[in-house]
Amino acid sequence: MTQLTMAKAINEGLRRAMADDDKVLVMGEDIGRLGGVFRITDGLLDEFGAQRIVDTPLAEAGIMGTAVGLAFRGYRPVVEIQFDGFVYPAFDQIVCQVAKLHYRTRGNVKMPITVRIPWAGGVGAAEHHSESPEAYFVHTSGLRVVAVSNPQDAYIMLRQAIASDDPVVFFEPKRLYHSKGEVDLGADLADAPPMGLARIAREGSDVTLLTYGAQVATAMDAATAAEDEGISIEVIDLRSISPVDYRTVTASVRKTGRVVVTHEAAREAGVGAELIASITEKCFNYLEAAPVRVTGHDIPYPPAKLEKHHLPDLDRILDGVDRVLDRPNSLSGLVES
Amino acid sequence: MTTMHTLTPQTDSATDIDDVARLVNEDGERVADPELERWVADVDATALQGLYRDMTLVRRIDTEGIALQRQGQLGLWAPCQGQEGVQVGTARAFRPDDFAFPSYREIGVQHVRGAKPADFVIAWRGEEHSTYNPYDINTATPQIIIGAQSLHAVGYAMGIQRDGTDQVAAAYFGDGASSQGDVNEAMVFASSFRAPVVFVCTNNQWAISEPVTVQAKFPIAGRAPGFGIPSMRIDGNDVLASLAAMRWALDHARSGKGPAFIEAVTYRMGPHTTSDDPTRYRRKEEVERWRRRDPIARVEALLRSQNAFGDDFQQQVAADADALGAAVRAAALGAVSREPIGIFDHVFEEPHSGLAEQREHFAAYLSGFAPTEAGAGAGARR
Ligand SMILES: Cc1ncc(C[n+]2csc(CCOP(=O)(O)OP(=O)(O)O)c2C)c(N)n1
Repeated sequence: MTQLTMAKAINEGLRRAMADDDKVLVMGEDIGRLGGVFRITDGLLDEFGAQRIVDTPLAEAGIMGTAVGLAFRGYRPVVEIQFDGFVYPAFDQIVCQVAKLHYRTRGNVKMPITVRIPWAGGVGAAEHHSESPEAYFVHTSGLRVVAVSNPQDAYIMLRQAIASDDPVVFFEPKRLYHSKGEVDLGADLADAPPMGLARIAREGSDVTLLTYGAQVATAMDAATAAEDEGISIEVIDLRSISPVDYRTVTASVRKTGRVVVTHEAAREAGVGAELIASITEKCFNYLEAAPVRVTGHDIPYPPAKLEKHHLPDLDRILDGVDRVLDRPNSLSGLVES
Repeated sequence: MTTMHTLTPQTDSATDIDDVARLVNEDGERVADPELERWVADVDATALQGLYRDMTLVRRIDTEGIALQRQGQLGLWAPCQGQEGVQVGTARAFRPDDFAFPSYREIGVQHVRGAKPADFVIAWRGEEHSTYNPYDINTATPQIIIGAQSLHAVGYAMGIQRDGTDQVAAAYFGDGASSQGDVNEAMVFASSFRAPVVFVCTNNQWAISEPVTVQAKFPIAGRAPGFGIPSMRIDGNDVLASLAAMRWALDHARSGKGPAFIEAVTYRMGPHTTSDDPTRYRRKEEVERWRRRDPIARVEALLRSQNAFGDDFQQQVAADADALGAAVRAAALGAVSREPIGIFDHVFEEPHSGLAEQREHFAAYLSGFAPTEAGAGAGARR
């Protein structure tokens, strides 16, 4: 075990994946000499050369579309999108080509592409640098979508994503790039829990709190704070948001009877909506209260000085917990429409 | 190269259809073009007969496709009549291990690459998105998203570079596609990485109802040099010029000199698709003008002038075309829809728990229907 930042863990994951399979190549803007704007690809150019660490022209559709062609040819491209808000120009190639080519060709053409996206807010960034676009990808059949919350998962799940013959959209919370954790660099892929499995980050009995990415840490803080009030919260780190590990989720909900979902992304038609709809279908008779979403507001991401009011923090999560427990909360007395 | 501060287009219009390189004129006479002719010095009367035959078969597939659509056997058809010259000529220049990325209209390219009768109709019938395995004929599944395949060709070519082989990838797209970001990004990537890729822009004058002048005020081939890509503007109704230009372009790419670009000036004689009504946007005289430039008639005239268009040859080609037409028809009429549960196949390569559950639920639902001869799920509910 080694203490590593998430940034370094991802760097090591890339290095290992490239060493294991010479068909793996990394492409993106500024990823060569500079090592990427977050230095995630630091040192890889010297180690693997410009044929495998490809500094591309500044064109996201171009990066994604040429990755499709490389995959056609048997390569396993790992695409770095510089920031979440810049994935949109590549959106057509992702949803129409990357996600569908395997289906369209009846499995003859594989698209083992990993799309790494430095993701979400909380770092005081400029406009278009703090977006949470995950629901767009979750809504697209043919893509796997994962979000990591700690260096160990980042290291292993990235390697799993690259090794997968399916395309994977891989969300890396920028807010956690510099947070440290234990990483087992010698971990074998065969022994690691599958990418699709959720992780019970903390056991509890009163409320199931579902989340992913950087929001896992906030959820854990909320659970600790709730404990002081005698409330026991089970925190589930989904890890994979397509597919969702409903076996783990429903077991927890059947135990607690109460659900809060929290994510940074806007609420409407978001991942939380999908989770709650599915939980309601699967666990209706176990629910003691209507499930609650604690999410970003349905607004364009606000300016950095105000982002703390958008991001669901510990207090907003606890307010959501109060709602499922029918304790006094911010909505008490409001007439629901 | 001289650097000018102001680059002024030499031509003021994208539509000067005679400002093209050609080897066979409208009357079927060989004309000189030192740039092009050296690439087809080996093409004798027999080879020319082969090109004639290819084009005639392609036209027959096309006529059959339109008829099948009119008879309700296909949902849609995108005709290629008038474009047989560029499709056959360029595709005949490929080596089998080169890789083509066509659009939905490249029937001739698919035919030359080895597509089977069913491959032309099963997708338009709505049975499958594609029937052939792209790796069997080194041709990608036809692309409907305008221009997307140009990037795939460049990426594939980047793979060729990494593999150190001398194959070439090629992308086919239309004049309308030349406006797409993907096509322009493809040229940037191809040029930056010197990828062994050939771009074939089939300028058939119309993008559905939009004339090429909506896409370009200057010949489209004129754009490529701005990306650092050499280009040629040819008569796309001249199969020999198409073959020659493609041989030039493939040789350029194959020998490590990077991408090449061909603009083939041609005309889509029929509607954009069988859903289109071209009488709303183009005049009869225009269509008639192009009818006189027909790529097949031109080669026929050339072959006649060489005494290489005898009755036997003509009858043999006609018989081959009839047989192919019949096979295409039989493939459409004989198509059998997959089992309903099959719609879940191949979404993912590896198991996906969410989809697996949906599949299981749908299978259970289907099993509630009494089986019929047409297969499970097609009968009445129990
Ligand atoms: C991205 C995208 N936009 C719009 C369409 C609808 N569409 C299909 S074909 C076409 C015109 C294409 O014209 P062109 O590129 O010149 O090719 P042609 O059909 O003439 O061969 C359009 C607008 C599409 N298929 N894809």
